[in-house]
Amino acid sequence: MAKHTLIAYVEDVPGVLNRVASLFRRRNFNIDSLTVGRTEQAGVSRITVVVDSTEAGARIVEANLYKLVNVLRVDDLTRKPSLFRELGLVKVKVTPQTRAEVLQLTDVFRARVVDVDEVSLVIEVTGTPEKIGKFEMVLRPYGIVEIVRTGAVAMARGHETLSSNPPLVHVTGGKAEHHDTSGLAMSV
Amino acid sequence: MKLTGAEIIWECLQREGVDVVFGYPGGAILPTYDAMTKYPKIHHVLVRHEQGATHMADGYARASGKVGVAIATSGPGATNMVTGIATAMMDSSPIVCITGQVGSKAIGTDAFQETDVTGVTLPVTKHNYLVTKPGDIARAIREAFYIAKSGRPGPVLVDITKDAQQLTAEFDWEGAAPRLPGYRPSYHAPDSEFARAAELINSAKRPLILAGQGIIKSGTTAEVLKLAKTAGIPITTTLLGIGAIPASSELNLGMMGMHGEAWVNQAIQQADLLIALGMRFDDRVTGNLKTYAVNAKKIHVDIDPTEINKNVQVDVALIGDLREVLAVIQPQIKKADHAEWWSAIAVNRGDSAVRDIKNLPDSGHLYAAHVINDIWRLTQKRDTIVVTDVGQHQMWEAQYFHHDKPRSLITSGGLGTMGFALPAAIGAKFACPDKDVWVVVGDGGFQMTSCELATAEQEGIKVNVAIINNAFLGMVRQWQEFFYDKRYAATPMTGPDFVKLAEAYRLTGLRCNQRPDVKATVAKTLADKKTVVIDFVVEKEDTVFPMVPAGADLDKMIRRPKQDVLLESGSDKDWEMPSSTLPNVFVEKKAEAKALNDRRKPSPPGKRRTPAKA
Ligand SMILES: Cc1cc2nc3c(=O)[nH]c(=O)nc-3n(C[C@H](O)[C@H](O)[C@H](O)COP(=O)(O)OP(=O)(O)OC[C@H]3O[C@@H](n4cnc5c(N)ncnc54)[C@H](O)[C@@H]3O)c2cc1C
Ligand SMILES: Cc1ncc(C[n+]2csc(CCOP(=O)(O)OP(=O)(O)O)c2C)c(N)n1
Ligand SMILES: [Mg+2]
Repeated sequence: MAKHTLIAYVEDVPGVLNRVASLFRRRNFNIDSLTVGRTEQAGVSRITVVVDSTEAGARIVEANLYKLVNVLRVDDLTRKPSLFRELGLVKVKVTPQTRAEVLQLTDVFRARVVDVDEVSLVIEVTGTPEKIGKFEMVLRPYGIVEIVRTGAVAMARGHETLSSNPPLVHVTGGKAEHHDTSGLAMSV
Repeated sequence: MKLTGAEIIWECLQREGVDVVFGYPGGAILPTYDAMTKYPKIHHVLVRHEQGATHMADGYARASGKVGVAIATSGPGATNMVTGIATAMMDSSPIVCITGQVGSKAIGTDAFQETDVTGVTLPVTKHNYLVTKPGDIARAIREAFYIAKSGRPGPVLVDITKDAQQLTAEFDWEGAAPRLPGYRPSYHAPDSEFARAAELINSAKRPLILAGQGIIKSGTTAEVLKLAKTAGIPITTTLLGIGAIPASSELNLGMMGMHGEAWVNQAIQQADLLIALGMRFDDRVTGNLKTYAVNAKKIHVDIDPTEINKNVQVDVALIGDLREVLAVIQPQIKKADHAEWWSAIAVNRGDSAVRDIKNLPDSGHLYAAHVINDIWRLTQKRDTIVVTDVGQHQMWEAQYFHHDKPRSLITSGGLGTMGFALPAAIGAKFACPDKDVWVVVGDGGFQMTSCELATAEQEGIKVNVAIINNAFLGMVRQWQEFFYDKRYAATPMTGPDFVKLAEAYRLTGLRCNQRPDVKATVAKTLADKKTVVIDFVVEKEDTVFPMVPAGADLDKMIRRPKQDVLLESGSDKDWEMPSSTLPNVFVEKKAEAKALNDRRKPSPPGKRRTPAKA
């Protein structure tokens, strides 16, 4: 199992997010994070889905995404040189004794303080999902009041254009170990 | 041209070539029904339940290859359609369902008869639409038809608000042409894959073609036969592939899978190459996946990329329309006869003939297999479509009615929907009025949708309904016999007097309970101008053989008992469970059940097994 990041370009029509999300549930995949937003092209939205899956599972998801009528293009960025970014807001407790330490950590993570009161700080941090995870970890001892994360967005590096055709499912290597159908024939 | 939304619906249906629709009115679809009177060229069939409308559309589609259309109102009308839509989805049947929806301003308010129909049907449709403006109706319907019939076919639903039906808009047929930039109905496999496939076929010693419903969908019977003949390759069909290859062709070994012939499943396990044409390796077909055809390389031809490597890992995938694929591959195939392979298969057939109930003399008992085989023999010279329901009778039909033409067997395979047969047969009859349409249905399944007899009567159409009445939910009883120590929980079943029921619908009812009467009964049925319902009172505890126990290896089957099967209800049959082949999970389940059962006080012997009166 590994994290796979899939980008789906979809027609911006009502219900399309539901169709995409529903597909993951229907085919028994767990969504790690999902973000959606506009693109440079009018009428086209971009959905970034991170899913915990085997390689074979990722291929199943990709092929099934292509089957949705409103999906224009799918790209798996997992193995491509890509940029991954997420934004987090962390509300952390501070005392006069810990405030300086927290501010120092904020600096180390190149995060910024966006709200201050006498007992807490709200810090905005961007970076890879791992970096935000780490930031959360180092702040935990001080007492995290609340945390919100946007989920990852991703973009391939360089100027390479993305494939506009579904992969002709890889036929060699790898077993389709995502689903276990061995007990299937047990029903009338 | 300015038209109301309702009129636009009918204009579009007419231009799509629709001649019949199956439906049921209600408030939210009433404007459309009102406009219907202006379009007399389209015949509307009033069904008795919206599930029936979807099955009729499905039966119409499977019999004709055209798109079937069903109409219903919002809320309960639309939700009643769900089973029929899911049935069509599983078996890739092209239907378009049109449902009324509450007014667009009322959506989201839990208005009277409001249901989120596009939400409910999302996972069981190929695609669906919610239309809230009259100007959007034409494009939605055109796209619905295009999506339903292209690529891997399937059901599409168009949910149209009441105000969209009532308001007017400019009707522009050309302007409403499908615009579907993300829709990819088909693909073209690269040349290199074709070369690899041809190489595998040309070098195989024990090749076998697995023929599926895709052959019927693509109309490639002749092409597949040509390929098989050239390279001397035996063919086996799936349940839904029956008819794709004539049963009378010497290349056709018969059906594979759970209730397929033993020699066919053995051939699959012995083959060194499987050529899967338009079939999807359903779990009823493969048995235990871990031991499925381990000796064989596999070539999979399918139009749907998501089917490749879904259940069975293949060596070569040719993704695309079967017709195109076969056209490219045929010229690369060398002549061969595989005489050794054919004789090995003949050896596998071995003693199967003496095990076959068909070859047993009349014992005074009426067996379903005999009834079905007799109907086949007596109707061979006629052009017949058989529509089956789900259960034991469905499997006996597959085994004992020999289909020589594509689209001559219509059955719910993937979803296994009881209640499918009668309405689907009515739909098939509308598609092919010149053919005989027979329904082979269990006493259980018939009671699920028997209300559609009224539809047949009102429409004045003739279908011949053969109820295989074993006073049991037979297929489930069979599982209880094999795997649950004959605890017949909730499977004995009574029914009405089916003869009187038919008569109550002003139709003809017949009863037959012995073999010598089958012939006269069939003759009477064919001579009657009306729909005929026949109550074939058959052996109660008969069993479908052979059977691959659930999850077991494909060739480890429960074979037919060797001696004459003289059942009286309640008597034991002498079948042997290949216990060593049962997967652990099953053995564990049985032990678990036994432990539970032993804790209970045993009920008086014999009592619990007494089936209900017929
Ligand atoms: C009680 C019961 C018992 C059953 N027992 C058996 C059994 O013993 N044996 C058995 O075989 N079945 C059995 N079935 C049926 C089984 O569940 C499946 O429905 C059946 O095996 C599917 O057959 P298929 O793959 O040919 O058809 P489908 O499920 O319709 O699949 C057809 C495939 O062809 C592809 N296709 C469609 N059009 C094209 C085209 N133009 N070009 C290329 N590809 C195309 C589709 O994408 C799809 O993958 C049973 C069902 C029931 C209810
Ligand atoms: C709608 C539905 N409910 C339940 C089932 C489970 N099921 C499969 S076969 C069967 C028994 C069918 O009995 P009957 O119609 O009498 O046919 P028989 O097997 O006796 O020939 C049942 C209940 C089903 N397939 N469909
Ligand atoms: Mg029955």
